[in-house]
Amino acid sequence: MLVFIVRRLGTMVLTMVVVSILLFLLLEINSAGVAIKVLGPYTSEEQRNLWLEANGYFRPIYIRYFSWLGNFIVGDFGDSIRFKVPVGEILWPRLASTGILGLAAMAVVIPLSLILGVLAGMREGSTLDRVISVGSIVTTSIPEFASAVFLSTIFVFYLDILPGTSSMSDGFSVVQLILPAMVLILYDFGYVTRMTRASMAEVMTTHYIRTAVLKGLPYKTVIMKHALRNALIAPFTVIMLQINWLLSGVIVVEFAFAYKGFGALLLEASLNQDLFMIEACAMVAVFVAVITQMIADIGYTYLNPRIRFA
Amino acid sequence: MFKSLALIRESIVGMVGLALILFWVFVAVFADVIAPFPPNATIMPMALPGMEGPDGAVFWLGTDHIGRDILSRIIHGSRRVLIFAPLATFCAYAVGIPMGLAAGYRRGMTDDVLSFIGNIILSFPVLVLYVIIIATLGASAINILVAVTFASAPGIFRIVRGLALDLRNREYVFAAETRGESPWRIMMIEILPNARGPLIVDACLRLGYVIITIGVLGFLGLGLPPPDPDWGGMINETRSMATSFPHMTIFPVIAISSLILGFNLLADGLREVSLRD
Repeated sequence: MLVFIVRRLGTMVLTMVVVSILLFLLLEINSAGVAIKVLGPYTSEEQRNLWLEANGYFRPIYIRYFSWLGNFIVGDFGDSIRFKVPVGEILWPRLASTGILGLAAMAVVIPLSLILGVLAGMREGSTLDRVISVGSIVTTSIPEFASAVFLSTIFVFYLDILPGTSSMSDGFSVVQLILPAMVLILYDFGYVTRMTRASMAEVMTTHYIRTAVLKGLPYKTVIMKHALRNALIAPFTVIMLQINWLLSGVIVVEFAFAYKGFGALLLEASLNQDLFMIEACAMVAVFVAVITQMIADIGYTYLNPRIRFA
Repeated sequence: MFKSLALIRESIVGMVGLALILFWVFVAVFADVIAPFPPNATIMPMALPGMEGPDGAVFWLGTDHIGRDILSRIIHGSRRVLIFAPLATFCAYAVGIPMGLAAGYRRGMTDDVLSFIGNIILSFPVLVLYVIIIATLGASAINILVAVTFASAPGIFRIVRGLALDLRNREYVFAAETRGESPWRIMMIEILPNARGPLIVDACLRLGYVIITIGVLGFLGLGLPPPDPDWGGMINETRSMATSFPHMTIFPVIAISSLILGFNLLADGLREVSLRD
């Protein structure tokens, strides 16, 4: 098990290193371009060269990469071109807001989709299964920006009970969190439900479930004691990988509701060519994605005795 | 698999999906005939659905903030989606399939290197990748194709690789090897056709995702440039007015959702009938 964890950690570090090289090459290989982005287009050649000299841009590219990487590891991401303050000062609070939004969504998605998935998979082909399956296809077919519009039309325009934007300008407010979280929930729960259903349906066809039913155990006991334990292994992985999706989802949702979070920051930074902010956001996004993937892998191995020490 | 394409008639869900897709294909083909107004003409701003225009023609779905007929724009916008999404998906397959076949059939170094590259691209949250690529390269039709190909090819690679790993041990592959056929001939003629079942289902799902992607990029203001109608772009342009004039945003939203739903239902139906036999 330990060897497995160490190997996964190694893969993770290697992935992060390659991603950082790609990102660095994509955004910083052209140092003249960097100077224009940082100093603005209306600067003289001389000013730009002075800035490049002062910031060590005339060193060979691999030295530049290593010094950049070194700064990154200790959390020095450089100054945001747009906000004129260190990137970290903006990034960490924004990441925390997104964390709250993501937690709020996950707190509903996980129980809801597990319950619906188990109910549907318990009796494959029943009316309840049909309804839940079609319902989950329909909700995953509505993209987040579409459900954002649907939900705001209903709750803001017709019913007028929720605020249409969630900028939280007067401090944190739970009411403003409802719509963005609802959009994420609506899009995400369908997929987890379908995966749970498939896993449950598969377990229900196994011999040990048939044995349990045939030896006369009450149906409830069969489900609770025998089926659930095995059926919930796969959804665990799916839920962990869902965090990767959530990072994509928050870009749309935060843009739609003007929620000041990580996704909106990344989009803003990209649109404004805020170089160091893009780099920091992208690395954080990939880091979160890779680490959740690793937890999913390790957890799956731990939960499933058949593939332990693989 | 062609048998199960015909069998789709037995799946109600699949038939509903197919009907939705064919409806939009029909609309896109006959857009010039069906659309009551030219899509970019500014006629009467802020008309509500059902209001009559200056010459007595009815704006069935109303007009947008600068007076363009929403129904006509949705009808013409279907062309853009139905050309770009399949084209982008096709490009992604054109890159993903050869790589997947090579990795799955040859294994060894080829597999290790290609899988590593694929895993790295897949470790990016998809939309983060799109936003960075499009914002760096600029929003244009070609760049959107490049971004979609770059981000989707690794997923296709993984599926094809898995299928090739399984199929390479079949007797007909050994037979072809004994006949002395070249590796690429074996991959394209022996392995690929036998992997088509899962690939067709995947293509349907993927088309749905690509439509979402193109819509999302339009919605974020990174889509195809105006003025030609683009569903995602229409939603973005009018969403600030959605609380007072919801008709401007809600109809493009229904259009794009119904098309995605069509592809997802068709994929589900295809999977259902292909599992049956």
